[in-house]
Amino acid sequence: MEIFALFDCIITPACLISQTAGGLKIGMLLFLVASGLTLVFGVLGVINFAHGALYMLGAYFSWQVMSITSHFGLAVISGAIGVGIFGLLFERLLINKVYNADLLVQILLCYSVILILDDLVMIIWGDEFLSGIGVPEIFQVPPIFIFDAIIPPFHIAIILISMIVAFLLWIIMTKTKFGKLVRATAINPKMLEALGVNTNVIKAGVFMLGSFLAGLGGALAASLGSVVSGMGNSIIIESFIVTVIGGMGSISGAFLASIIIGMARSFGAVAMPLFTDGIMFLIMVLVLVIKPEGLMGKKK
Amino acid sequence: MKFFKRDNFKRDAFIGLVVWIFLLIFFFIVPSPGIHDIIQKVFILGLFAMSLNILIGYLGLVAFGHAAFFAAGAYTLGLFLQSSAIVSLGSLSIPAAIISAIFISTVLAAFIGAICIRLKDIYFSFLTLAFQMLIYSIILALVDITGGDQGLMGGFPKPPFLGINLGKPFDFYAFTIFISIITIVLLRQLIESPFGYGLRMIRDNPERPAALGFNNQRHKLIAFIIAGSIAGLAGSLQALLDVGAYPEWAFWAKSAEPLFMILLGGMHSFLGPLMGALIFEILNDFVTANTRYYGLVLGLVILSFVLGLRRGLLDWLLIKFYRK
Repeated sequence: MEIFALFDCIITPACLISQTAGGLKIGMLLFLVASGLTLVFGVLGVINFAHGALYMLGAYFSWQVMSITSHFGLAVISGAIGVGIFGLLFERLLINKVYNADLLVQILLCYSVILILDDLVMIIWGDEFLSGIGVPEIFQVPPIFIFDAIIPPFHIAIILISMIVAFLLWIIMTKTKFGKLVRATAINPKMLEALGVNTNVIKAGVFMLGSFLAGLGGALAASLGSVVSGMGNSIIIESFIVTVIGGMGSISGAFLASIIIGMARSFGAVAMPLFTDGIMFLIMVLVLVIKPEGLMGKKK
Repeated sequence: MKFFKRDNFKRDAFIGLVVWIFLLIFFFIVPSPGIHDIIQKVFILGLFAMSLNILIGYLGLVAFGHAAFFAAGAYTLGLFLQSSAIVSLGSLSIPAAIISAIFISTVLAAFIGAICIRLKDIYFSFLTLAFQMLIYSIILALVDITGGDQGLMGGFPKPPFLGINLGKPFDFYAFTIFISIITIVLLRQLIESPFGYGLRMIRDNPERPAALGFNNQRHKLIAFIIAGSIAGLAGSLQALLDVGAYPEWAFWAKSAEPLFMILLGGMHSFLGPLMGALIFEILNDFVTANTRYYGLVLGLVILSFVLGLRRGLLDWLLIKFYRK
């Protein structure tokens, strides 16, 4: 453990700023994925283990569109929308059958879908690493220097995009009629049905929105790194961590937790390079032991 | 608390002995190393799945970090046999290594269990998952001891004891199955004992046993510890088989494997998870021999069990032909 390295980094503006920006980038990308997971759990009560596989699909879809059209924006948007539609089918065909089933049944259903999708993308796109969709041209400029800290403009763009999505999500959930219906579905679906609302439509819509967010996260991740089968298997665990730390079902909690995890990863890489993941799990254990409902979750 | 039932002990032990002898004869009738390997693995993974089923089937606790104990057993055994202790212990090394593997995983299960059983439902599952991944991270970080992501390399000696040389395929086969059958017979006693019925009571209606003066938490903890120690035994046998230990054994996907076996075989019959391990291994062997897309086939099989049969095969058979 290199605690002095961490100390050195914190007192050096260049290192502090670049690690903070890096942490924000990681955290905000994570938020896109984890917010979908926590939204689905909060409303439908299902832990969607296959959420990481949806993220992977988003990366593949956007890669496919990129290779046809070479248009970055179109690739990312269609990746997200494509996964949204896939999520709708997934919900209608499979997930809605296990809403009231045991936790074990839900986990196994989702895990079988992970196994199937991981192999399907290999059959369709091959098992090689695909080189990602790259950074759009306008961002292929020299990095910005802030106090000698090197920050790629594209990372700033990713942070901003994610923050805008977070803001839109907040608007949708708190200010729109759909958001009100979603929150009502989470609290008392029976009453809502008695009032003539088709909660199946709401549930499908929420699952679609959650999948859209996973797809968007995957599409943006494809611009930063490579695309490969099984790439969702580590993001799903990180999303679980965020969901648990923030409070299950709480989107604002997920936002806070994503930043915490992003920073833990970024500064953890300086302090304990071999134990960066361990720090996240340690935080998760501590939260579950001390405050199981999470930082911003409601006590049951 | 009574952990032993005794009535059927002799019968079960006799059946176990007959099965063991049958499998020994089978070894010579069917001289195929591939099939012997499958049988060994079915017992090892079967022990792993049956130990998890104490928590899932009998207690209703979906533990999602059970591979932590499997890996703890495997790494303990490997490190023990690589250490200098082996020089002084000589022929006692293997039994001593297995006992220490069980001991370490028991202690670990006591520690993790004591913290986890305070939580319920999904929170319990998440905490077991978090502990497992913490252990996975520790294994990766301690490169000097565990070999990091390469796993425990370099092999280790397997000195003969009591005339058993685990380097020989037959000895290993007979030994592994013998240990597994003893454990299964003892586990049967536990499940049928008053303690075992206490677990079912806690699963079905926790308030009732509590009102009767039961200490539910203590029952849960003891069950968790026993499950962890058997998983550690399974891990140590796996390490003996593979002459090494790998960090993937502590990764979350390893905890999903016994869940599949429980699903495939059935969680409400005692031998269900063992049958699940048999289905899992045959599927594994058959599918990997024919296609690269193992996950696709396994996923479709699991999906059809979850949505179609809705219970494990042994549960289904028992309901169809035996229980009315």
